[in-house]
Formats: sequence, structure tokens, C-alpha cells
Amino acid sequence: MNRAKPLKDLGLALALAGAVSALAGCDEDATPKAIEGSAKAAKLSSCVRPTEFMRHNHMELIKHQRNLTVHQGIRKTDLSLAGCIDCHVQYDARGRAVPVNAEGQFCDKCHDYAAVELTCFQCHAAVPNGPYGQASAERAARSGHRIAALDTESGDVGGQ
Amino acid sequence: MWEGNEMSEHSQVPDVGRRRFLGMAAGAATASIAPGVVLHTLAEAEPRSEAVTDKVRWGMLIDASKCAEGCDACVRACNDENGISLMEKPEGQSPVKWHQQRPSWIRKVRLKDNLTGQITTLPMLCQHCETPPCVDVCPTGASFKRADGIVMVDRHICIGCRYCMMGCPYNARSFIHENIEPREHLTHTPRGKGCVESCNFCVHRLDYGGTTTACQEACAREGHEAIVFGDLNDAESPVSKALAEVRSRQIREDLQLNTGVRYSGV
Amino acid sequence: MKKISYLEWSVPSPRYWALLGVLALVAGVGVLSAYFMEHDGHWITGMTNLVVWGTPHVFAVFLIVAASGALNVASIGTVFGRTPYKPLARLSSVLAVALLAGGLAVLVLDLGRPDRLIVAMTHYNFKSIFAWNIFLYTGFMAIVLAYLFTQMERKAGGYYKPAGFGAFVWRLILTTGTGSIFGFLVSRQAYDSALMAPWFILMSFAFGMAIFILVLLYTYKEDDRELGDVVLFRLKNVLGLFLAAVLFFTAIYHLTKLYGTKYHGVEDFILLSGGIYTLFFWLGHVLLGGLVPMGIVWHPVLGKNRAWIASAAGLVILGGLMTMYVVIIGAQAYPLQVFPGKTVLDLGYDIGNPGQIAPYVPSLPEFLLGLGGVAIALLITVAGVRMLKLLPESLADAVVDPHVAARSAGK
Repeated sequence: MNRAKPLKDLGLALALAGAVSALAGCDEDATPKAIEGSAKAAKLSSCVRPTEFMRHNHMELIKHQRNLTVHQGIRKTDLSLAGCIDCHVQYDARGRAVPVNAEGQFCDKCHDYAAVELTCFQCHAAVPNGPYGQASAERAARSGHRIAALDTESGDVGGQ
Repeated sequence: MWEGNEMSEHSQVPDVGRRRFLGMAAGAATASIAPGVVLHTLAEAEPRSEAVTDKVRWGMLIDASKCAEGCDACVRACNDENGISLMEKPEGQSPVKWHQQRPSWIRKVRLKDNLTGQITTLPMLCQHCETPPCVDVCPTGASFKRADGIVMVDRHICIGCRYCMMGCPYNARSFIHENIEPREHLTHTPRGKGCVESCNFCVHRLDYGGTTTACQEACAREGHEAIVFGDLNDAESPVSKALAEVRSRQIREDLQLNTGVRYSGV
Repeated sequence: MKKISYLEWSVPSPRYWALLGVLALVAGVGVLSAYFMEHDGHWITGMTNLVVWGTPHVFAVFLIVAASGALNVASIGTVFGRTPYKPLARLSSVLAVALLAGGLAVLVLDLGRPDRLIVAMTHYNFKSIFAWNIFLYTGFMAIVLAYLFTQMERKAGGYYKPAGFGAFVWRLILTTGTGSIFGFLVSRQAYDSALMAPWFILMSFAFGMAIFILVLLYTYKEDDRELGDVVLFRLKNVLGLFLAAVLFFTAIYHLTKLYGTKYHGVEDFILLSGGIYTLFFWLGHVLLGGLVPMGIVWHPVLGKNRAWIASAAGLVILGGLMTMYVVIIGAQAYPLQVFPGKTVLDLGYDIGNPGQIAPYVPSLPEFLLGLGGVAIALLITVAGVRMLKLLPESLADAVVDPHVAARSAGK
């Protein structure tokens, strides 16, 4: 009896640990953790314009391009917002795109520091979507990544 | 105030919306991959690289005599194409009020003639006038007419004053009354709370070489072919040929807006 | 005329701060309502895609129209040279700016995207009367403040008349612009009329004067200052005149529209079958906002009684709000006449009634926002009269009218 008690305690502790880690596993699904370096951009040497130029002037390019697209209908451009997202979005371990403006992601890293509010994603999708994004989505699908919007089964989306 | 930056968690894409859409998409001629995202089977899905010009003027002929009573294929198609079917009634809102607050780019109107009692049904949408009152009254110039005749809203500079909605003779415009979560509404038509929108002749198709609108396709699929779309400046386009065959008119022609949408049978 | 000396409003401090506190609270509640409207979206209001401008616009347009009218008192003194009005010019100027500020605050806070105000001030479509109004409204504030400066700074006194003229002309253009917001719209049966601009100008005379009378009566009563009949009776008589002019334009507007068959529908709606809109038209615009106050101010006995005069002014304000309700919301509730000769069975909006009258019920956030605008206007006024020398120490008859002074001196 005396020797069985420590064993029972150990068994209980192990069971508890298992339960806790199972619960922790559920928690993980709620917040997709982007894999650093999973963005297309990580593998490219530079952006569509030199990096330093982009750092200082990307807002001008975006603003100018939006006028060209909306008023002149120009869609074929390397300066589209969809193109930015396509390249800079990161994916989590299950191949889901993490919103590009989420905390710690591409946009947020500088915008949080600079305290400049981003309003783009009040209307625009922060994950690949649409013709440019679509092509990227297909490529991603072919290479094993999945895009959340394409998920058709319930239950695989993190509970919240 | 804006929640746009607080997206640190993966959002739930509503299953119901997707399933509903996928069910309908199964009947669609074009392959659907995700809600509001349609892969066009056109050979040329070529994005426009040159500025649009007035060489083309997009227009439509709606034959009310072919419009079937009780059919709302055009409305459903438009709602799906433009992500309107993904929008959900805010909790606690009455369904009737929601119907009057959610975007209505195209809607079915039912009329009775005061003398003969004859019933007419037809779809009502933005008429894409040549001299649009909505463009005249917009203080910032957000409501504008593109060179190819499409009247639309530049939502980057729309301040949501709704004066265009006051000025439109056709009640064509809609205001976004509720929060939109863009990630849950992946669609061709980016939209956000507080701006105004209206039918844009499926410009996201046209800018990639397309020549059809969702409503026109849906009507054709149903076999009614009441809606014909095309380039008014091209005598060989479907709409020009149709206009040459039937007697057509503008709705509210006394306003002399030279609308791009014409009607026959009403 | 005796030299007028101006003095700050000197009610006891606790009184002043309590009043300020109440106004600040109401204004705060209004701003909070706007926050919820902006945060959750306009679905929480009664506004829809059919009735796009609601109760906030009723208050905002009323305040803006009243603002240009409040300046009228100063203009009568400066531009038309009427001596008894001259001491009132400072209060008139500040009240005009305050009312405009309140109205603009409501208008801006109701925008779908109030965060884009900078966009509104940097992108202009000059075919839009709204774009012009942005300049007219802000310019009005600038020109009236300049006018006030010439009144209060002795060294600038030489510019007093030109500033006054400029302000008067500007204010007429401003109200023309406000009326034209509606008058220019061809789409709606109740609008599309050149009458709307001058009609709004006449309404501004009435609303502004009514508010001015109430503010004057209140500030002078609370501070135990003398407000003589010479001044007060002139103001109330002129108010009656303005009310008559407004009703005249109302009559012309409706008679003209009644003549043409195509307008019979909208006229039937406003005058007979429009439910609350009909009620507000007859009870609010014609009766309480027109005939009753006219009767009071011109009555041989009642018109000389201060309480009755104040009631008349109050009724004008109430009637004015009800008028704006009909003009702004009623005109939207009545359906667009898109298919003449046909009865619309279904517009596609799930409207339950056969006339396709768009339903609208004012919601609490809208009402509170509108009220908040009123509070902002009064807040500015109260702080202004307290901190600046805007109110003449006395508006007794002998002070204001040299003839009365001579008569009493001769006795």
C-alpha cells in the first residue's frame, strides 16, 4: 500500500499533464502562429522597388496606385495592394494565411512602432484573395499550404 | 475606434455562408472556388494595363416582357458575385429593417398599370447615367463616372455623407450600415462601414477582359434572357444588336440623363 | 444714442458653472451617441437606404439655418442703420457662430466616415453645393468673428460697416446654399424647386430671431439687467413679420405643386395622408410654428407680455424643428416617382404599405446627437457672454432710444 501511493500519484500527475497539454494544444489553434520566413518575400532579395525606397514611400505608391486602379481601371501592375499581401503574408503551421496586418506581422511591425493607423484593412482583405491573390492561393494549395477562405469543413478553424 | 488593427486571432469564416454559397455555386456556369471569388473560364483573364477610355461605353438593355414574375436570379447572382450574400444581419436588428439597410445593387420591382391592370416586373439597378446626379452632388468627387461610362464610388475618398443617395433618381445607391470584417468576406468588392456603393457593372470582371455581368449571366442561365449587356459604342455587341431590334426607353427619361441602362416592355 | 457700456454676464458663479455643467453633459451624451453610431455603424439608427438623412440632419439643418438668421439682428443695425439694434450686434454675432458650430458638429459626427474630415477639406467637387457649403460655413465663422472684432476693438471700428455688410451678404449666400441642398435635387417630388433657397432664408430670419429673443430674455432676467420694451417689442414684431413671410412662401410652394397633376401624389402625402408628416406640417409648421406665434406677438395684450413673447419664440423653435422633419424626412419617405402611370406593388425593399412610403422611426442615438448639437451651441453662447463683453449693461428704453431719453429728461 505504501509503495502504491506514489505510483498512483505519479499516474494522476501524468494524466493531469496529458489533459493540460491537450487543452494547450486546443489553445494553439485559436491563434495562428506565423512561421517566420514563410512569406514569399522572405525568399526574394528585394521588393518591387528598392527596400529603402519602399520603407519611405510605399504609402505614396499605394495611394497613387489606388487612383490608377479605381479611376482608370488599371489592374496589371506590380504595385497592387493584393500583390503586396500576396508576397508579404506569412502562413502558419497548417498552411493558413495569417492576416498581413495582424500583431507582429509585416505591416504591424513598423506601423505599431511609428504609431500610424492602418485603415486599408477596414475594407481590403489582409489575406490573399482575388485574381492576384487567387493565383497565389492556387500555388499555395498546390504546394500544400491551405488558405483559410478555401476551407470547406467546419471544425478546423480555431475555436473562439 | 476601428478594429482593423486588432486582428491577432484567426477569424471564424461563417460556415453557413460558405455552404449556402457553395450550394448555389454548384449550379453556376463558372467555377467557384470560394465565396465571392470566381475563377473565370474566359480564355483571356487579362488584367487591364492601359487606362480605360471612352472608346467603350458599357450599357444594358432590360426587356421587362421577358422578366419572369417571382424570379430573382439576377438579384441572387449579384449578391453572390459582390459579397453581399456574405453580409449578416446585425444581432437584434429586425429583418425588415435589415432588408432596407443591407446593400441592394439590383432589386426586383413589381408594377401594375393604372389603366389596364397589367403586371410588369423588372430589375432596377444603377442606370449608369451619362450625366449622373449622384456625381454632381458628391462633395469630394468620390462618386464619379469612369471613362467607359461606369458610374461608381471611389471608397477611398467617400466620407459617407449620403448626399448621392438623396440625389439619385432611382434609389440605386446603398450605404454600409454595419461593421464589415474583410477577412470573413473575401469578395471581389472590398467594402467597409460608412461608405456608399452601387452597381458597378461587375467592373472587376470587365477589367480582366470580361464582357458579362453576373446578373446578365444568371438571367440567361434561367432561360429568360431579359438582360443583355455590352458595349453601346460597338454596333456588333449583344446590347447594340438588341437595342436595334426592340423599342426601348430610359426610365425617367424626362430627366434627360442619357442612361446606360435601357428598358423595353415598360 | 447714449454710449453703450458692455459687461460680462455676471450671474453668481455656482449658477454659471451648474448651467455649463448641464450643457456639457448633454453635449457629452450627444458625442457619445455619435461614437456608438460610428463604432457600430448606422444600423443602430432609424436611417436606411431609403431614408438616408434622419433626426441628426433635422437638428443640424435647423441650427445652421438659425445661425445665419441669428446674425440678422446685427445686420439690421449695421447694414440698415437701425439704432436700437446696434447694441445687440455682439450677442447676435456670437450666437450666430455658436449655432453654426453646433449644427456643423452634428453634421460631421453623423458622417459615415467622420475620420475622413481632412479628405472632405482637401478634395472638392465644385459642382456640388455641399462642397461650396464647406467654404460658406467655415468662411461665415471667419467673417463673423472678424465682424465681432471690429465691434469690440475700437481701433478696428472703421472696418465695422464693411465687415457688417460682408457678413450680411455672406449669410444670405450661405442660407441660399443650405436651401439649395434640397432645391437642386431633381430626383425627389418634394424638392426640385427654386423656392427652397429663399424659403430657407425667410425661415432663417424666423428661427434666428426666436432663438435670439429667448437668449436675450434669459440672460437679462438671470442677471437682473434691464431689457426695455423698445428693444423687445421691435424684435417680437419683426419675428411676426418673418413668420408671415415664411407662411407666404409655404403657400406659394404648395399652391404651385398642387396645380400640376404630377405633384398631386406628394401633395396628398404632405397635406393629407402622410400620418406624422401631415401632422407635423399642419400642427408644427403652420400652426405652432406660424399662426399661433404670429397671433401672440401681434395681439394687443399678449404681445406685450414677456412670458407670452417667450412662449411664442419657443413655439417657433418647436415648429421649426417639425418643419425640418417634414422637409428632410418626409421628402425621403415619399417614394421616388420612377414609373408614372403605374402603381408600384413592390419596390424590392420589403416595404409593408401599399403607398411604398419608406418607414422611418427616429432612434435615441440620433435624437441625442441632435440635442448634443443644441447643447454645444448654447455652451459656446453661455461661455461667450460670461467671458466677453457682449451684453450691454442695460437695454433700458432711455439707454437705447434717444427720443425716449429726451422725453423723460424733458418731464
